[in-house]
Amino acid sequence: MTWKLFFTSSIGKKFIMALTGIFLITFLIVHCGINAMIFFNDGGETFNHWGHFMGSNLIVRTMELGLFLFLIMHIVQGLTLWSQNNKSRPVKYVVKNSAANSTWYSRSMGLLGTLILIFLVLHLYHFWTPSRFGGMAGIKALDETSLATYNNEEVHNLYAEMKLVFENNLLIVVVYILGVISLCWHLLHGFQSAFQTFGVNHKRYTPIIKGAGVVYSVVICLLFALMPLAFYLHWVN
Amino acid sequence: MEHYNMNLTLKIWRQKNNQSAGSLETYQVKDISSEMSFLEMFDVLNEQLIVAGDDPIAFDHDCREGICGQCSMHIDGRAHGPWTNNTTCQLHMRAFKDGDTIVVEPWRSKAFPVIKDLMVDRSSFDRIIQAGGYISVNTGNAVDANSLPIDKKDADNAFMAAACIGCGACVATCVNSSAMLFVSAKVAQLAQLPQGQPERESRVLNMVAQMDKENFGNCTNTYACEAECPKGISVSNIARLNREYLSAGLSTEQ
Repeated sequence: MTWKLFFTSSIGKKFIMALTGIFLITFLIVHCGINAMIFFNDGGETFNHWGHFMGSNLIVRTMELGLFLFLIMHIVQGLTLWSQNNKSRPVKYVVKNSAANSTWYSRSMGLLGTLILIFLVLHLYHFWTPSRFGGMAGIKALDETSLATYNNEEVHNLYAEMKLVFENNLLIVVVYILGVISLCWHLLHGFQSAFQTFGVNHKRYTPIIKGAGVVYSVVICLLFALMPLAFYLHWVN
Repeated sequence: MEHYNMNLTLKIWRQKNNQSAGSLETYQVKDISSEMSFLEMFDVLNEQLIVAGDDPIAFDHDCREGICGQCSMHIDGRAHGPWTNNTTCQLHMRAFKDGDTIVVEPWRSKAFPVIKDLMVDRSSFDRIIQAGGYISVNTGNAVDANSLPIDKKDADNAFMAAACIGCGACVATCVNSSAMLFVSAKVAQLAQLPQGQPERESRVLNMVAQMDKENFGNCTNTYACEAECPKGISVSNIARLNREYLSAGLSTEQ
């Protein structure tokens, strides 16, 4: 069996979704953990310090390439599956009571994923582009955010960038919260689904995995949702 | 339980053949006993249609005792109707009330083309079984049952997977029309028994390859199949299928 045959089979495609999904789940822990440092309310010093570490460390930057690769694989594979699965039932049911047998979000991963993708484009434009290309003319997404200096080391002031994006923009705050809600539903299904795909289904462990998935999804998304709110409502300054 | 009679409005999918487009037609039935099975109610309706000179409704059925897997109706938006762990033939009219309107459609999937009305062609399932859902042994005298020691747990799990009757409710109910539960049941059954070992690798690879050829969709773990399966086949079999496929796919030299 060739690799191509393996990964283009229906089960191989699931493995790609699960593998890249688990990588993205791990990434979100790091992303959320570092961003949550804004809640120290120290003018962003701790957050900017770690933001700078993530932006300048060679290993992390290399992993960032992997992150983009996996993200693109997850998106392309997901959209392909969505389209293929849609074609497998050309004539739809007139009456379908799906609520009787499955959760709406488990059936709506393609839709939720697309909403997250739209949000992600805006999100990268707000933060990733300025922090990576901040010094280059013409590519900057927003007004110049000043460099902050801590211990004689200049770091990109992502804290100021967050403040700029969220402080007086109710619309942006609402869009971010809607994006995070989509993410939450997506994770609620995706977390436990990835384990099932890898064949982990056990009387003892599956309830733990499902419970951990709910805790993970709610905690991560709640923290993310509080970030734009914190700036908008001046909980942090 | 108290016996009662009911009058019902039925909206039933009529489709001449695979090439024509179908539509829901409305019928009335009167004095249906709550003790009748759903298929007996269909027999009453068909007798009415025959007497009136109309074409009776084509539907699959055979044993009418919940074990053959032939009956296949999508009733009020659910495969085999409102009861769980139940086939259409074992659905009884006490599930409905006087004056109800019931919508009946065929299984809908690209892999299950409609033959006529509520009958669909499920030979895609046969071709998947032909691809590997068997063991190759010379038949002869039956050997003593205890001459092959099998762990109780494995025997029980294999037996639960073997309960699949191949009705196709999993495909019919799945948002993706995936056949993963059906395929996993046969793979899981044989993978846990000593007789299934010689062809264990080729079985899972060939059955999955055939499943992919038959235009079924891809599983996204909604678990609707398990909820609607008349035999309660567990999605833990799908997890086992994934493990079997991963292990066979990585180690095979085919």
